[in-house]
Amino acid sequence: MKTVSSLLDFHWYQRYQNISKLNIRSSIYDVTNQCNLRCKGCFFFSSGEDKAAREETDPEKWAAFVDSEKQRGVNLAILIGGEPTLCLDRVAAFYSRMPTYCATNGLIKVPRDRFADMMVGISLWGDEDDEKRLRGKDTFRISSKNYEGDPYTYYLYTITPNQVGRTEHIIKKIRDVGLKVHMQLLSNDEGVDGFYWRDGELADLRAEMDEMLDAYPDTVISSKYYHQVITTGKMLDRTFGWAECPSVTEPMDTRNPQPRRLIRFIRRASDLETMHRCCTSATRDCSTCKDGAAHMSWIMVNKRAHMRSTEDLQNWIEVYEMFAKLYQFIPW
Amino acid sequence: MNHEANFEQTVLGVAGIVIEELKLEDVTPETFDPDLDMIDEVGVDSMDLATVALVLQDEYGVRIDEEDYPKLKTIRMIAEYILENSPVKT
Repeated sequence: MKTVSSLLDFHWYQRYQNISKLNIRSSIYDVTNQCNLRCKGCFFFSSGEDKAAREETDPEKWAAFVDSEKQRGVNLAILIGGEPTLCLDRVAAFYSRMPTYCATNGLIKVPRDRFADMMVGISLWGDEDDEKRLRGKDTFRISSKNYEGDPYTYYLYTITPNQVGRTEHIIKKIRDVGLKVHMQLLSNDEGVDGFYWRDGELADLRAEMDEMLDAYPDTVISSKYYHQVITTGKMLDRTFGWAECPSVTEPMDTRNPQPRRLIRFIRRASDLETMHRCCTSATRDCSTCKDGAAHMSWIMVNKRAHMRSTEDLQNWIEVYEMFAKLYQFIPW
Repeated sequence: MNHEANFEQTVLGVAGIVIEELKLEDVTPETFDPDLDMIDEVGVDSMDLATVALVLQDEYGVRIDEEDYPKLKTIRMIAEYILENSPVKT
């Protein structure tokens, strides 16, 4: 029988032990249906999820809800929206009770006197031109001033087909304001012209992502195996899609056979009752979904499948470490 | 059956279930080291443990609470847990 220590040397075994018992149980929460931007390609609005539920506005109900989520075993709250920073009292209900990550466009600064070490992920969709075209304004100019040097903040850089060959400019800008960056890919839910992935682009992008990781290791939080999986949709001998996705809301998961999945995972709307099918839009074609978190989780829940060789298990460790860093279960 | 024999039998039974449910290769209940750390060495995760716990419940009538998973590091510890919590005392 292959054991972990038979596959790893001392150094890698220590890295494995640092993450093997983290037992992260995440769920995703829509904090609000409102946003201060309207981006082309944002699944929340393009799929009508902003109208799926009426927001709960009573702070006490939010507090009680988070308590019940904690009871349910959730130990990482991932807050999305709409724009969570428009409703900081709701964000506080989570932050005061469990490790919390807040996704934001960065236009409003999370006050650090209230949210000292809350992880913040700022969405970024490209350079100035792409940001203006897709989001109506150059958000980086504002968000980078708000969060410059913040140790608990990183940019979640959604790479579009337009960005292939141009990512270094962005990475350097992020480095220069003292922040980290994690890369993911646009799924182009709204079919915006010029933002479809064309043949060969994803292979080029994978090579470019690898180069960025090598050139800016202190800035880029990533792994080459993650680049491989997210650009090819392949892991080991398997193909990403509905039958494999780990990020399906547990009570709505009627798949048979059940794939390996995130235990207790639910994506909940802002009425605190309605559930969404998965971590992204139910209107999205799972076979072309490029959701970064779903692909990361896909790797993470399949640990033993990666025990077939030393290289596979090291790849798994690097992806798990990347995830754990992005949510500060381990330091950068 | 005396306690020691019953314990050995339970260790083999648990090992068999773990091997079967986790589809472990190149190991039998007899060759499975009962003191091997399930997480640090076998590479199981909480989903594996939940799967195994369900089968153990059917087999031995012992419900394993999720908060007890961290205590159950090895086959031997699982066997002890089962015998301590079994509705049928020997």
